[in-house]
Formats: sequence, C-alpha cells, structure tokens
Amino acid sequence: MTTPTAKPTVATVWLDGCSGCHMSLMDLDERLITLAGLVDVLHSPVVDQKQFPPQVDLTLVEGAVSSEEDLHKALIIRARSKLVVALGDCAVTGNVPAMRNYFDRSDLFDRAYVENAQEPTTPEERRVVLPVVGVPPLRPHATALHEVIKVDMFLPGCPPPADAIWYLLTEILAGRTPVTTTVSRFGK
Amino acid sequence: MNTPVDITTESITLQIDDKDVSCRKGETVLQVARENGIDIPTLCYMEGLTVWGGCRLCMVEIAGSPKLQAACATVCMEGMNICTKSPRLENYRRMIVELLFAERNHVCSVCVSNGHCELQSMAVKLGIDHVRFAYRFPHLEVDNSHDRMRMDHNRCILCSRCVRVCAEVEGAHTKDIKGRGVLAAIIHDLDQNWGESSTCTSCGKCVNICPTGALTHRGTAVGEMTKKTTFLPYLTLMREAQL
Repeated sequence: MTTPTAKPTVATVWLDGCSGCHMSLMDLDERLITLAGLVDVLHSPVVDQKQFPPQVDLTLVEGAVSSEEDLHKALIIRARSKLVVALGDCAVTGNVPAMRNYFDRSDLFDRAYVENAQEPTTPEERRVVLPVVGVPPLRPHATALHEVIKVDMFLPGCPPPADAIWYLLTEILAGRTPVTTTVSRFGK
Repeated sequence: MNTPVDITTESITLQIDDKDVSCRKGETVLQVARENGIDIPTLCYMEGLTVWGGCRLCMVEIAGSPKLQAACATVCMEGMNICTKSPRLENYRRMIVELLFAERNHVCSVCVSNGHCELQSMAVKLGIDHVRFAYRFPHLEVDNSHDRMRMDHNRCILCSRCVRVCAEVEGAHTKDIKGRGVLAAIIHDLDQNWGESSTCTSCGKCVNICPTGALTHRGTAVGEMTKKTTFLPYLTLMREAQL
C-alpha cells in the first residue's frame, strides 16, 4: 500500500484493556502534532475507520486476548501488519484481565450475573438470563498477545509512560530497534 | 554465617572476568566479585544470612569445569578463572527470572510493592520486556490472619530469605517451606494461619527482607510498600562484636 514517498502507516487497537495505554498515547500532547506529520494513522479507537485496513506498517496493540473476538482481531492484525507491538502490560503479560484466570469461567459469570445482580428476583431466574447472544464468548484464559500471534516488540508498563511510547515510535521510525526496558518496566 | 566454610587469614589469588583479584581463603566467589566491583545478580542471597543457593541467578562459569556453579556457594580456590558474564549465563538468568514470573501471579501493576520490588528491578536489569513461557495462573491464597502483616503467596518466589531471617536472626523459626516444586509454599508453624502462630514474635524482619510483595505490612496500597534491610548488617555486626 505504501509508496516510497508515502508516510509509514500506523494502526492502534484496543483489546481487553482499560484504554489507559491509549490515554498515555494521548499524553504525547504537542508531540501528537509532530507524529501526525510523520505517520498516517489509518485505524484506531480515536480514528473513524471501523475496519482494520488491508495493510499497515506498524500496529500498536493494547490489551490482553480475552475473548474469541480479541483472538479474531489479533489474527487479522498479524496478517495485515508488518510490525506488531504489544503496548502495555495487558498485551505483554495479561496483567489485570488475566487475574480472572485463577477462576473457572462459570464461577465468574455466577459472580457477575447471579451473585452480584439484583434483577430478576431469584438466582435461578438470573441464571437463565446470562448474556450469551451478540457478545463474544470469553476464552478460558485471558492471555498475553504473544501467546496467540508473533509479536515483534514489547513495551511493558501500566500504562507505558508517554515518553516511553514516544521513544518507541521515534526509534522505529528511525529504523532502529528500541530497547524498551530502558524506558519502562512491568507495572510502571 | 555468610560462607560455607570458615574464612582464614591465608591469601589466595584468582581471576574474575580477566581481572586479577586476591582474597582470603574461605571467601566465596560472590563475595570476592562484589568486593572488586563486579556485579553478579542474586535474589536469594542476603549478606548476614546463611547461603541458600536457591535462585541460581549467580551462576558463573569456571574454566576447566563443564558445570555452572552458584557464586554464592562456591569457595574461591587458588588460580581459579571465573567468568560472570557470557551469552550463555545471560540467557539462563533471563530464563530463570521469566520462569519466576510465569510460575505465580506477579501482577506488578496492582502489587503493593510496585516500584520497590527486587524481582521487578531484576527484570529491568536483565532486559526482560516479556515472558516467553506460558503463565501458569495458579489459584493461591492470601494469608490475612496476622493483625499487622500479610502473606501473599501469589507474589512469593520461594527465595527463603524470610525463613532464614526468622530462624537465624530472630531465632523464632516460625516460617518454613512445605512441599516440592511448584507446590512448595511458605508455612507458619505446622502449616497454620500466620495469625494463629504461637512462635511468631511479630518482629517484622521477614516483611523487610522479602524481595517482592509476598510479605507486606497490612494497610498498604499499590506501590506503597517499601522495605528496609539495613537492620540486618547492623544486627550481624553487633552479634559478631559480642562473640
């Protein structure tokens, strides 16, 4: 898709995360304007483009792979991106979304939709109205992105600081491989 | 208390990372390396406690030996030629720390020790930006029964520093390790709740010596738990002065 004169294309995706990594991306502040001059953002929660583009140079992925939809998206991202970066602890380690992994899924649903719910009145009735239509099924475990697709680079942090994201992007655009542990770490 | 054998006044010479160093007979490779400004990473080693040799991060290569040796538990010998940094060692050290992360639930972002954790900083030191092994996600308990302290088995790396400080410095030996392999766990007395222990003096040494968020003060929120280990060299020095 890219011609030699065109700017590199970038996508950002939000899987099972809190959007904090995207907030941190927004925290680039005035550097966002510089960034807009350097790359074309084709697809992102902050861009009005619903479908993942046929081909991008770089995709930043926030969030763990938690549902079948997340897995589906991850496979598309991998197939259509030259470079995939796991952005933040959820994509890198599973982090908070993976804290459900210690429990069985049926216990989780019970907790959310039966034990902690008010309506309908009886637990038996609540069990019948579990939301299953039109929502993606949860996978047994929420996992790190690299457990389902090949990931080229990792930027840990919860969220990774804006400076770390800027370092990552500018290093990649300069054709270098960023050493992300110099700017962030698990839990930062 | 620090070394496997007694330190004598006899002097020996050896090479560490191509640097000629001398030491007293009986000193360990780790001690001599650190005395000479050569950094070898450790997690279970603690000056003032007996050598455990459990974390295996201090493994070094010794010329003429096909096996790697734990620097903390290897006594220096005349003419030894030791290598503390090599691609092979760095690879193993990375693997060890990654396996520690994969074995239990170290969710740094919500841990009380976030930012003050030796496991976390070890990952940074070794350049670990992700874990290549599948996480196990075991279901582990948090012992909240003590009125001042908390044991979170999710964060424990079984370095045994708490067991040793309790037995060797406090003299209570409330803590110990049960089980084998991934089923191993820190226990109090006869595997009772910490709060029901009749031997615990509530001194808090175990909390301060713990490298991670496994042993913490109660009432701490994310990132609030800082540890103070300065008491240990002081107590050791005072005891040695009394002997």
